[in-house]
Amino acid sequence: MSSEIYARVRQNPKFDLLVKRRGRLAAILSTIVLVSYYGFMMVVAFAPSLLHKPLGEGYVLTIGAPIGAAIIIVGWLLTGLYSYYANTEFEDLNNDIIRESQQ
Amino acid sequence: MNMKTIVSAAGTTAVAAMMALPALAAPADLGGLEKQPLNTTAIVMFIAFVIFTLIITYWAASRTRTASDFYTAGGGITGFQNGMAIAGDYMSAATLLGLSSLVYAKGFDGFIYIISFFVGWPIIMFTMAERLRNLGRFTFADIASYRLHEGKIRSFAAAGSLTVVCFYLIVQMVGAGQLIKLLFGLDYNVAVVVVGVLMVVYVTFGGMIATTWVQIIKAGLLLCGGIVLLFLALAHFGFNLETMAKAAVTNHKEGIKIMGPGSLLSDPVSAVSLSMGLLFGTAGLPHIMMRFFTVPNAREARKSVFVASGVVGFFFILVAMLGIAGVTIVGTNPQFFEGGIVGGKLIGGGNMVVMHLAKALGGDLLLGFLSAVAFATILAVVSGLALAGASAISHDLYARVFRGGKATEKEEMLVSKFASLLLGALAIVLGIAFEKQNIAFLVGLTFGVAASVNFPVLILSMYWKGLTTRGALAGGLVGLISAVTLVVLSKAVWVVVLNNPAPLFPYEQPALFSMTAAFLVTIVVSKLDKSESAKAEALAFEDQYVRSQTGIGAAGASKH
Repeated sequence: MSSEIYARVRQNPKFDLLVKRRGRLAAILSTIVLVSYYGFMMVVAFAPSLLHKPLGEGYVLTIGAPIGAAIIIVGWLLTGLYSYYANTEFEDLNNDIIRESQQ
Repeated sequence: MNMKTIVSAAGTTAVAAMMALPALAAPADLGGLEKQPLNTTAIVMFIAFVIFTLIITYWAASRTRTASDFYTAGGGITGFQNGMAIAGDYMSAATLLGLSSLVYAKGFDGFIYIISFFVGWPIIMFTMAERLRNLGRFTFADIASYRLHEGKIRSFAAAGSLTVVCFYLIVQMVGAGQLIKLLFGLDYNVAVVVVGVLMVVYVTFGGMIATTWVQIIKAGLLLCGGIVLLFLALAHFGFNLETMAKAAVTNHKEGIKIMGPGSLLSDPVSAVSLSMGLLFGTAGLPHIMMRFFTVPNAREARKSVFVASGVVGFFFILVAMLGIAGVTIVGTNPQFFEGGIVGGKLIGGGNMVVMHLAKALGGDLLLGFLSAVAFATILAVVSGLALAGASAISHDLYARVFRGGKATEKEEMLVSKFASLLLGALAIVLGIAFEKQNIAFLVGLTFGVAASVNFPVLILSMYWKGLTTRGALAGGLVGLISAVTLVVLSKAVWVVVLNNPAPLFPYEQPALFSMTAAFLVTIVVSKLDKSESAKAEALAFEDQYVRSQTGIGAAGASKH
């Protein structure tokens, strides 16, 4: 693949748009995952009693269980969200860039 | 540590327990166990699995013609298939046995480990999946050497891959021998040879196509077994989670405490170092990275991470519930304790909770099925490792460095087959040699080296324009030396192997320190590098950047 094609892509404003928007989505989602996970770990290390609160009157299940499960499930759903946008909207943009680079 | 289970180890050091998990739940801990009576159901089911996978290997062999077929299945694996295969790599015998036992023994603390094991996947998705696919061809060294000095960086990356592969192979082989001795009643050496020979057959004849399908089938079997077991367990408690939890609280010696965080992760430094080792170590494992090159494009690569993380997440939550169910179903049944003393030592060691649960709920049939799946799991993982090691030898070292890219495809494939044969022989010899050794430290080393040597050069070469050859080599070397040194000074080697009274390095996983050191040295040396080649490397980043984002110029799927 020649450098001219890459140079042409770089001058295409759509490339900047793609990189900016997809990069922003990835950064936001990574932040959500890391903040929720390390936040959870900090509660575990410094305030474990918060997670011992029962789910309701007379329950032995604590709020820790659904919160922990939520970190896994939300993490997975976010990979779905990223995959959805990257594979539809951004993929279309990417295909435009590839097509225009070959003209 | 001899005779101790992962569970009792967890009581003393959380990190030791955690790092022991991928080691097939600390194979060294099973070392002194007696061989069990021959388990015919399990052996029959395992033989059925082997015959079926050998048929697939035969079919795969007819489709493996080019180097690209061999290394990456010609890029012809779909996102869904690859997702299942990645999930299969992650759902090992260690996660099934070790994590469920940890929940059984420690309740919520075990669940925290499970979450830590999972959370790397979304991050791999957001930061690496598409770039890996767009830049890589056969090995991760392709990416690292895209714009840096090929000979040096490729040799270095191949050495990093081979180190990780060898450490992890030993861990898996020893685990295989001991687990099979326990579950099947087969001799240790027989088990090691069977695993080694089958692995070589899959890899040399079927290449990546066979390796991927073995992993997919195994993942499917493991999921089926897990779902059946969970269904039976939930039925036992009238499909009510609160009933299950109440019973567990009543029957666990720590009572209500198991429903929230306990003492296992009270030290934040070891928790963070551990989660970094797992997260970035996973991202630096050559046999995981290699899976991203088997799909045709970045689109399918993203789909595969979505599928993989969904399957892994589901499986992990399932495993946690099995652990809680085990507290009541296994923990109160004298049949599963040595000498029939409830609360004493579990028969076969503390890792056997899920196996006992299968026996209690589904009889010998379900126990046999799960045992066969556990064996299949090890087989699938070592095959992936052998393939990753063989590509590092044949593609990176032989074809690109030694022959300077002038080797024909035929020569390269021949070398790769010899390389997998060599790795198979090495795995058998080392597996037998390490039988009586305590190898828990090898898991710390595997993830430590992957996170401190492979990962920094990979991520910086993709993201940072300023990375130079000198910086990458210096940083990688520092990562390697610090990871190895810290593991040697930690409890697993300094106390357990070298018999010193106290560890000089208080944490089991070095990643927080060794990985940080590797990044710092790489960045500082790169910044100080004012050579002409450094300037050229920075210029070449522009083209690499466009390719990593758009996939223009990326290796595509080969046509059959």
